[in-house]
Amino acid sequence: MSNTAVETVRTFDTRTEAKIPVESPLTYSYRRSGAPAPTAKSRVVMRERAFLGHLVLCGGAVVLDGAVRAVLGISLPGEPQGLVQDDEGKRSIQWVSPDEWLVIVPGGEEFELENRLRAALGDAHFAISNVSGGQTLVELEGEAAREVLMKSVVYDVHPSHFPVGKGVTTIFAKTTVVLRRPSEERWELVVRRSFADYTYRWLLDAGEEYAIGVER
Amino acid sequence: MFYIHCPYCGEYREEEEFHPKGEAHIARPADPENCSDDEWGDYLFFRDNPRGIHHELWVHAVGCRKFFNITRNTVSYEILETYKMGEQPTYTAEHPEGRPSAEAETASLREGVRA
Repeated sequence: MSNTAVETVRTFDTRTEAKIPVESPLTYSYRRSGAPAPTAKSRVVMRERAFLGHLVLCGGAVVLDGAVRAVLGISLPGEPQGLVQDDEGKRSIQWVSPDEWLVIVPGGEEFELENRLRAALGDAHFAISNVSGGQTLVELEGEAAREVLMKSVVYDVHPSHFPVGKGVTTIFAKTTVVLRRPSEERWELVVRRSFADYTYRWLLDAGEEYAIGVER
Repeated sequence: MFYIHCPYCGEYREEEEFHPKGEAHIARPADPENCSDDEWGDYLFFRDNPRGIHHELWVHAVGCRKFFNITRNTVSYEILETYKMGEQPTYTAEHPEGRPSAEAETASLREGVRA
């Protein structure tokens, strides 16, 4: 009975072949609140990157780091608030808690990744949860992106305090977001599905003075 | 508003991100089946309300979601220290300026490193 953990854990692919219409968490918001197209005057642009694969890894840093290096080829951020990306910038791992990390990969990759991680981790004490359906990623890009965030989050987003490669969970208006900064001009908000509409409408309102545009 | 240093995140965060969870260092009776009703009642319901230094349990609810301890002065509201679960406070009612033994311990540790 080796690999008992792998054998006893039931996994399933949440993306099925069935022809079921799939809607992003913001579909309703686009219909109801509209989506102003970006113009030359837009100093900030918002876009949703829907249907990405989100996995939460729980466990010891040393054990997970070995598996993640072997499977994804990037190292686990060991320092608090760390955000690590692969060379293409498509796959990322973020420190969430001393024993918890958020992995975001292109949509469709998450089930295979989960299985390969489970195989690599074997009998180790860990948990992997697929939370892809529960949250979505909203990007803010442009010179005024930081100003929109300053109006919205309690966290200090000044570049000296929030350099590229940092990510925090914090309060956004009356909800919470995972706020990440993968590059100089781009900020990412990982939003809970049930709060996506609220966050979207808040951002439209907060970004109005910067002529916010929505790329779809 | 407090500006609280989360020992797990390693930085200061706004109070909004935290929730207080009452008094810290409350030990569950080792043998609940055989302890007296008074002991069990004390453990479940009775809390200290000191004037001055108080050890509290807080949780970084929006953030790393870890529980940790805060030593706070209930008169001045000053936060003297925050420390992880399982650790002991440096500032106590007996040693409001910091435990001398803790300093001695770190001093001996430092000497150990040097040696």
